[in-house]
Amino acid sequence: MSETQNLTLVQAVRDGLATEMELDDDVVALGQDIGANGGVFRATQGLQDEFGEQRVIDTPLAESGIIGSAIGLATGGMKPVPEIQFSGFMYPGFDQIVSHMARYRTRTRSRFSLPMVLRAPYGGGIRAPESHSDSKETFYTHEAGLKVVMPSTPYDTKGLLISAIRDPDPVVFLEPKLIYRAFREDVPTEAYEVPIGEAAVRREGSDVSVFTYGAMTRPTLEAAENLAEEGVDAEVVDLRTVSPMDREAIVESFKKTGRGVVVHEAPKSGGLAGEITALLQEEALVYQEAPIQRVTGFDVPVPLYAMEDYYLPNAARVEDGIREAVEF
Amino acid sequence: MINIYESTITAAKEIPPYGEEGEAVSTIQRDPENRVQVLDEDGNLVGEPPDLDEDTLIDIYRDMKLARHFDERAVSLQRQGRMGTYPPLSGQEGAQIGSAHALADDDWMVPSYREHGAAVVRGLPLKQTLLYWMGYEAGNDVPEDANILPVAVPIASQIPHASGLAWSWKLQGHDDTAGICYFGDGATSEGDFHEGLNFAGVYDVPMVFFCNNNQWAISVPRERQTASETLAQKANAYGFEGVQVDGMDPLAVYKVTQDALEKARNPDEDQPRPTMIEAVQYRFGAHTTADDPTVYRDEEEVERWKAKDPIPRLEAYLRSEDVLDDDAVAEIEATVERQVDEAIDAAESEPRPDPEEMFEHVYADLPPELQAQRDEFVATVDRHGKDAFLEEE
Repeated sequence: MSETQNLTLVQAVRDGLATEMELDDDVVALGQDIGANGGVFRATQGLQDEFGEQRVIDTPLAESGIIGSAIGLATGGMKPVPEIQFSGFMYPGFDQIVSHMARYRTRTRSRFSLPMVLRAPYGGGIRAPESHSDSKETFYTHEAGLKVVMPSTPYDTKGLLISAIRDPDPVVFLEPKLIYRAFREDVPTEAYEVPIGEAAVRREGSDVSVFTYGAMTRPTLEAAENLAEEGVDAEVVDLRTVSPMDREAIVESFKKTGRGVVVHEAPKSGGLAGEITALLQEEALVYQEAPIQRVTGFDVPVPLYAMEDYYLPNAARVEDGIREAVEF
Repeated sequence: MINIYESTITAAKEIPPYGEEGEAVSTIQRDPENRVQVLDEDGNLVGEPPDLDEDTLIDIYRDMKLARHFDERAVSLQRQGRMGTYPPLSGQEGAQIGSAHALADDDWMVPSYREHGAAVVRGLPLKQTLLYWMGYEAGNDVPEDANILPVAVPIASQIPHASGLAWSWKLQGHDDTAGICYFGDGATSEGDFHEGLNFAGVYDVPMVFFCNNNQWAISVPRERQTASETLAQKANAYGFEGVQVDGMDPLAVYKVTQDALEKARNPDEDQPRPTMIEAVQYRFGAHTTADDPTVYRDEEEVERWKAKDPIPRLEAYLRSEDVLDDDAVAEIEATVERQVDEAIDAAESEPRPDPEEMFEHVYADLPPELQAQRDEFVATVDRHGKDAFLEEE
């Protein structure tokens, strides 16, 4: 292995962008405050100095304009990486995402694909104001033509971001801002790909399979370690890509344990936990030993931050879910 | 020196609002006189004509005749149940054909969903337009050399794409390419109109924003869209020029569009590249074949605008210049009828698509779950037979 740097997740975003921009002149980053300011989370810090104002571009404050013009840039042969400052502000650009970004390949019979990556930090837990804490990945997983990636480690973040930029199809890249700076990891300085659509087993176990992704991977692993002391051996599967989901890995793990828990901070109803439960019912019913538990956000608007610790799944709730599945 | 501004905007400002006697000022837009014009309603020369050779003038006339005849046949096909909902263009040929002819070979067109005439000029076969509105995905196949983006149905949503596309040329150093983006009067009320034109102004991109102001957004009249005196003046807020042109005068449209494209390519110092053109015109027919315009507008208004029909207007001019005569017109009409007949025959001969085609062109590589859905459904169709699924066409 080549040289590495010890990076946080948000630094890995920056490093992934810089690495691919160095290799491919068609890659341009655009968004609000991403230039001199380096992004509100510093995900693009110093990139404008490195690549110039023609490739790291501050835009007007207009989400639909950012996404729509990125679509136009892609039809012109570029590989734009637009940033929306918070995923809760993607909604003004929702029509562009759904009507065009997702469907351009279909509507042009593959004459045009859109090799673009729409980046946005998502999720709660950072004491942010209203509209800054949403986790609405299912809006995008429901839309054919998009891929949706939600990494949970610095290494994966760089590798998945590079894969996303190189992917001929549009990718929604949702970054877990809660753990932007939670820990560091050795990340190769060179370019590498982590394949889109492949889950990773973060902890091997034999008693129960816990499926999660993004920021919830951390409390899930914490819960698994806590329960290990009680003799419960939980396997933790980090989906990494939520569309297309690695169904094979999910089913394989579940067949081994016969018990399942899904953890996500998105609301319960219509969430991916329901999709995973249905998948296991279709593909592995005879292996099932217990009802599949869903440990999720609630079907309420994400509350203002005095209550967000109650809203977000934590290790205690995940432990309860695992016990329910194991003790049934 | 291209000086659209002095020749048009200032001229427009000097002329007071007018309308039918006693009409309110808000109807200023409802009569197309106070704007760039080359031909009057009777085809008399009232302005400096564009520098066009006879062949091009005949092509413009021929393409307008083709668009009109195609439109009439398409509406008729829909009425006979041979085609789905279709948005007619009659009355708008002058704006579509005049502007499309001003594009250079390498330029691009970003349409909405009513530009069937302009698209033909850009190289899209009529058969494709028919197939699209007949519900065939194959209608979206565009010849590789036709520089045109796909039909965009959500109103104004294509405008930011046009800004981004033109921006890509600038970032990639393609200095000679420019484009035209079509939208209607209703689109100017949408957020994407604002965001698209704002980006175009900020990044100074070589795009011409061409508003087909046909006076009606389905049933809502132009004056209900905005309190602005004109739509063209909205461009001023984005830092570039807005121009009103008589959209039923193909030569005026050609001239203004060509000037705007030339400025997009080679602006004078400190001159912004983008332009918004408001082509004032009228939709003779319905918004779509699902719409009944008699519910919301008077026949008298329609007749008043039909007097400004772009086709007899150009024909009168070309006859007066001895460019066209009876024989030439008859030859053009026969050719146009044959062309449309052939396109309809070809479209109606298209085989009904197989179910697995639904899964094509969704991703470059079909994900496993979609492969499974496709394979399972194909097996289901095989088991039951297609007749169990298909209703009569």
